[in-house]
Amino acid sequence: MLTLNNVEVMYDHVILVLKGLSMEVPEGTVVALLGSNGAGKSTTLKAISGLLRTEEGDVTDGSIEFKGTRIDREDAADIVRRGIFHVLEGRRVFEHLTVEENLMAGAHTRARGASLDDDLDRVMGYFPRLIQRRKQSAGYLSGGEQQMLAIGRALMAHPRLMLLDEPSLGLSPLLVQEVFGIIRRINREDGITILLVEQNARLALSVADYTYLMESGRIVLEGAPEKLRDNEDVKEFYLGLSDVGERRSYRDVKHYKRRKRWLS
Amino acid sequence: MSQETVLFLQLVISGVAIGSIYALVALGFVLIYKSTDVLNMAQGEMLMIGAWISYSLIADYRIPFVPAFFMTLAFTSLLGLAVERAALRPLIGQPIISVIMVTIGLSIFLRAMVIAIWGTQYQRYPSPIQDSVVSVGPVPIPEVYLWSLLVCLLLVGALTLGFRFTRMGIAMRAVADDQQAALSVGISVRRVFALAWVISALVSAIGGMLLANIQGVGIGLSAVGLKALPVSIVGGLDSIPGAIVGGILIGVLENLSAGYLDTPLGGGVREVAPYVFLVVVLLIKPYGLFGKERIERV
Ligand SMILES: Nc1ncnc2c1ncn2[C@@H]1O[C@H](COP(=O)(O)OP(=O)(O)O)[C@@H](O)[C@H]1O
Ligand SMILES: [Mg+2]
Repeated sequence: MLTLNNVEVMYDHVILVLKGLSMEVPEGTVVALLGSNGAGKSTTLKAISGLLRTEEGDVTDGSIEFKGTRIDREDAADIVRRGIFHVLEGRRVFEHLTVEENLMAGAHTRARGASLDDDLDRVMGYFPRLIQRRKQSAGYLSGGEQQMLAIGRALMAHPRLMLLDEPSLGLSPLLVQEVFGIIRRINREDGITILLVEQNARLALSVADYTYLMESGRIVLEGAPEKLRDNEDVKEFYLGLSDVGERRSYRDVKHYKRRKRWLS
Repeated sequence: MSQETVLFLQLVISGVAIGSIYALVALGFVLIYKSTDVLNMAQGEMLMIGAWISYSLIADYRIPFVPAFFMTLAFTSLLGLAVERAALRPLIGQPIISVIMVTIGLSIFLRAMVIAIWGTQYQRYPSPIQDSVVSVGPVPIPEVYLWSLLVCLLLVGALTLGFRFTRMGIAMRAVADDQQAALSVGISVRRVFALAWVISALVSAIGGMLLANIQGVGIGLSAVGLKALPVSIVGGLDSIPGAIVGGILIGVLENLSAGYLDTPLGGGVREVAPYVFLVVVLLIKPYGLFGKERIERV
């Protein structure tokens, strides 16, 4: 469904962030893209959704194809119309709009006159917490509720492919469970293909059908979640389990050591 | 009712009417600021051009008022589009000070154009409204004031409903909140910018025609643009209800201070009053009366 071919991305014409990234998202699946902070995960999603240009970024080489059509030169709004919806990192709900208005904004690209009531009901069905918040400013929602609203807003557009950028960021473990449960349902019940970006590898591995691991703008490892889960380095640096069984944060570990081992 | 009270009420009512025109112009100003982050210092010139064009259509080309009114709107919205396209779109992302400089340049250019075409003479506006005076209770008020008030109320009401309930209205507010997120839901930010300029040009032109009915047409009309700034700052710069309340407050204040203080102070109070009021408001409420509350969650 979505294919990235040797994609190179530069910011401000000088900062090379993606260095020939290739990946594939088959229709109907959940694909996870993992990597540490600054690896280029968000940049990858922005390259797909066309939002890169708002940050002086450009796809300078390679191609991005969605259902066989090149989209790397298209406007963000046209890409949404094609069926790709990018749920940005940090939720980014419209704070001064009500919950309902946020959802209406999500339906901006839908055909004029389309009845949105069924869609509103569907979103409220997924996220019952939003029901009594309907008329409230989105800025006053909790972080978890905002994440739900951000995903609900995406559903309103009837996308075929949803790009989710760190939906677990800043949420309590309980809420993370809830949100990820819904991501799985959206995939199974609505047949929406999902490309999920996460720093929380354990979480991502638990929902993904296929996984890519990226580091400094390149894919360094890919495979079924089991394969990554069994990989010693992933265990040590992303799942926080070392050989001796003690928990460690990957941040403690020197960056170069990690890269050297994967690249060799 | 005593003579004193009648005078007071007269000043207040005509102040509300003039203030509603200020509110309209300030609304155009705030709309552009909210959607595109541009402080349009040429708002007053856009207003003046609207007044002059309708004047020419009616007085020179003998077109009846109603078609002339709509032709003026069509022309000024094109002007708004052209200005956005030619002068401001290339500046997206530039520092606010460069953008302000460009709009100041624009205001000088438009003013020069107006002087070249219509000169500096004041003209009596070929008004469709009778010169008559109607009585509001015991208070005599010129009919034009009441018309202005009515038109402004209708327009502000329509815009408010539009922003609340229409797809483009919600899109405009979404852009004002978070441009990148607006792009991510498929809103064309470029179209929202263009629309903001068109609506702003439209309301300015209508404000210009209303004001011309009261004051006549002339280069001095553009001074109202200078009032849009204090009016919107009093209201909170990014607040549409703020612009409306600010406009009416300043209209009334101007009238009252001119009515009561001009004689003892020797004139000119009308010009100064809005700024004095602005300073007082900002001392008490730094974000203006209705400034956007920064939503902070705990
Ligand atoms: N708008 C930008 N301009 C310049 N550099 C950027 C920009 N956005 C991100 N970068 C850089 O690109 C790299 C990857 O960033 P990002 O894609 O946000 O990583 P991730 O989402 O994996 O944490 C980082 O080094 C970051 O500093
Ligand atoms: Mg990121």
